[in-house]
Amino acid sequence: MKTTIFYFSHYYSGLKTSFSGYFRLLTLCGLMYFWVATAVAQDRNARFLFSEITLAGKEHQSTLIDEISNLGDPIIAKLYNSWKKGEIYQIEQEGEIKVIRLREDQKWILVKTGKPVALSNQEKASLEKRRPSRSVRKLFQRIIDSLGLKSPNPAVRIESAMKMGKSQKGAFISILEKALKVETENNVKESLKEAIAISQLANGDESQKIDAVNELFLFKSVASRGFLKKLLEKSEENSELSLAIGRALEEIDQHAKRIAFFGSFFRGFSTGSVLLIVSFGLAITFGLMGIINMAHGEFVAIGGYVTFLIQSMFISTFGLNSNVFGWYWVVSLPLSFIIAAGIGWLIEKSIIRFLYHRPLESLLCTWGLSMVMQQGFRLIFGAANVPINNPPWLMGNLSFGDFTMSYTRLTVIGIAILVVVLTALLLLKTHLGLHIRAVMQNRNMSSSLGISVARVNSMTFALGCGLAGLGGCALSQIGNVGALMGQQYIVDSFMVVVIGSVGNLVGAGFSALGIGLVDQLLQPALGPVMGKITVFFVIILFLQWRPGGLFPTRSRSLED
Amino acid sequence: MAVLNNKKYFDRSLWFLLFLLLIPGLNLWGPDQGLFSISSFQVSLWGKYLTYAILAMSLNLLWGYTGLLCLCQSLFFALGGYAMGMYLMLMIGERGAYKSVLPDFMVFLGYQELPLHWRPFYSFWFASGAVLWVPGLVALIFGYLAFRSRIKGVYFSILTQALTYAVCLLFFRNDFTFGGNNGFTDFKEVLGYGINDSSTIRLLFIATVILLAITYIVSSILLSSKFGKIQQAIRDSENRVRFSGYSTTSYKLVVLVLSAMIAGAAGALYVPQVGVINPSLMEAAKSLEVVVWVAVGGRGTKWGPVIGAILVNLLKSYTTQSFPDYWLIIMGLMFVLVVLMMPDGLVGLFNKILEKKKRKIKKI
Repeated sequence: MKTTIFYFSHYYSGLKTSFSGYFRLLTLCGLMYFWVATAVAQDRNARFLFSEITLAGKEHQSTLIDEISNLGDPIIAKLYNSWKKGEIYQIEQEGEIKVIRLREDQKWILVKTGKPVALSNQEKASLEKRRPSRSVRKLFQRIIDSLGLKSPNPAVRIESAMKMGKSQKGAFISILEKALKVETENNVKESLKEAIAISQLANGDESQKIDAVNELFLFKSVASRGFLKKLLEKSEENSELSLAIGRALEEIDQHAKRIAFFGSFFRGFSTGSVLLIVSFGLAITFGLMGIINMAHGEFVAIGGYVTFLIQSMFISTFGLNSNVFGWYWVVSLPLSFIIAAGIGWLIEKSIIRFLYHRPLESLLCTWGLSMVMQQGFRLIFGAANVPINNPPWLMGNLSFGDFTMSYTRLTVIGIAILVVVLTALLLLKTHLGLHIRAVMQNRNMSSSLGISVARVNSMTFALGCGLAGLGGCALSQIGNVGALMGQQYIVDSFMVVVIGSVGNLVGAGFSALGIGLVDQLLQPALGPVMGKITVFFVIILFLQWRPGGLFPTRSRSLED
Repeated sequence: MAVLNNKKYFDRSLWFLLFLLLIPGLNLWGPDQGLFSISSFQVSLWGKYLTYAILAMSLNLLWGYTGLLCLCQSLFFALGGYAMGMYLMLMIGERGAYKSVLPDFMVFLGYQELPLHWRPFYSFWFASGAVLWVPGLVALIFGYLAFRSRIKGVYFSILTQALTYAVCLLFFRNDFTFGGNNGFTDFKEVLGYGINDSSTIRLLFIATVILLAITYIVSSILLSSKFGKIQQAIRDSENRVRFSGYSTTSYKLVVLVLSAMIAGAAGALYVPQVGVINPSLMEAAKSLEVVVWVAVGGRGTKWGPVIGAILVNLLKSYTTQSFPDYWLIIMGLMFVLVVLMMPDGLVGLFNKILEKKKRKIKKI
């Protein structure tokens, strides 16, 4: 689990923090390690050391490699790979021997500084290719593998430790133990211990193995489950070791089950919030106005595409790696609402307003509209899904032990709560909300009391569409953005509205969360398809029991 | 039988069907007749259109005359198709790609023997029965549950759409023993005749015309009977009918089951003529396509659905070949415009024009 989740955060933070990181580490290392005599006032960073290594003789190389191994700078891996591929050359220029690298774009880079150098044709002819020797390769490979342990980012250190532990190479144990001695953060320490224990399972003697198993038992280490099972098969029955493993496995399995349960609970909650955002808009148009908006899913897609466009604008003006980039999502949240609402307003004015009191026709008409919009998206943006990059500050997880919650899903839940609060405020505290409720209760009466029903209608429809757009913007962070993105949710959200009683936003809220939870809790046991089908039949049966939904409106009027 | 003797149900429009029989006739006449020659491919293409027309009529019975916008018509159609497809799959015998008695996809998925529910489908008559009772049973159960809790109007439409969606997901699964994604194809013979022989194609076409005629006559009888009157009264005001002491639930249920059976029978004739069936046939969008046919032709009119189904599909064949990117847009716009501008479809438009002319004549 841990290894995959932190990948992205590693990628981003690595770029930003590596520079300040190795200054700090450098001072630390400087006290503990032997200074090679040749180095005088030079800033002994990774580039400098690497440059020295390629030039040094065998006897110096190992001390230099030892020094570079303490830096943990990701640049080492890059330089080493180019060295292996034969892209590192040596040349004499201005009386000095320089180490240069041929970059992918065919430019020459001075390894020591990372700055480009100019070469005359004559100099190019005198280039001398450097290749690492066998022993250097071996030493370097180990550095590259353990590079992550030196990263300033604790998440990367954890990931790297677990990866080394899972490889179960005996040579790593000493590296991990060394790292454990200098480590300060508690959760990284635990991961290091866990990794060492996993490694010991394959490398230690009998008593070390038992100690490792007991340690893993205490950690409830889910990552070690596979290794423990393998060891159990190999060990003798009823030996002390196999008993210890049995005990540990039992504990770990239970722990894993608990995590899985909380995981699906959390996923259910976030699926429910997505449904809630999408179906709130639907509940407004469907419930309050009696209009079945089959094109609702396409308004969700509009939100997604607006997010995509804004993201593209941010990339082209600020670049993907700038600090401003992450704000694109914050900008697109209101914009997706406004644009979707605007389009919704236009559609109400041109089509929907002829269809009040004809619900079946409104269903057909909006369905036709949804086809047009879907195909329109395909023609404009292409049939494939468009790529959305999460803002850097939304990557990563909030974790409690082994149970992790991604920030994106947490944010979606947050937006759902926001949507509920804002809609409630709008309906209960504003003039427009008062009018909407009045028109909903009695169209003719409110009209005769001076409320402009036509205006309220268009505003309400626009509001519903805007909420769908907002939902699309939120969804872009956890799902795909494409022409069919709304379609996935539309059947479910109709169910939400029917279950939650038409026109009742509180009901819609409860039923969205209910359906999301039931769906996700059933999925592990039944698989996604059977889960969905079961939910559907549960809904049909539920309607047998309560035909009016959760909170039926009591009314003396008859529909016809 | 007294009802059948009444000439009212065999009105002049039935002659139109005889005109349709020209299609296999010309095909039989030979391939070298210039403008009048019709290839076997075209015969089966028109056969397909006619099965669509029957499907549209079955929806019209529900939507046009009872006011129930049922969005699982394509599901019933596909269920009938699957029942017939199972028979056709078994008739392939050992001529499949794997030279096994089992259908190819079962060999591929590692089945050792035929699942129990497949076995009766060696019999053509059992399959033909299943074509009717399987969709009928699904309609009965679903309709009973839905109507009992008085789900109507838009809610009924949404629930039927969800049902279609759920069953469609089910059929997409490989372990559901119905070929998953790919469905059934590569049929060889039906009742001992080669499925690609031109004579078989002609016979299938004629069978489709006969089914169309039967559907037409059955719905005419139904509509002009007392039952049909109540049916239309339910469409216009269900509560008043219920207050008059009729159990609207059972009336609606009968119509739903009947229309499901008709759709199933149409599906059974569709499969041998098209030569393939897969779960995409029962996607929710397909059901809505049927609604377009009926809406364009004219809901609640006798021939509207047939005209709509044929015209829309001709248009679809043309556009998907010439402008494949624009078909969905054209269909969507057609939907919007028909609903907004001509709620009674082409037939309604035609009637209006006729009326205007009559009035003009009167004025003069």
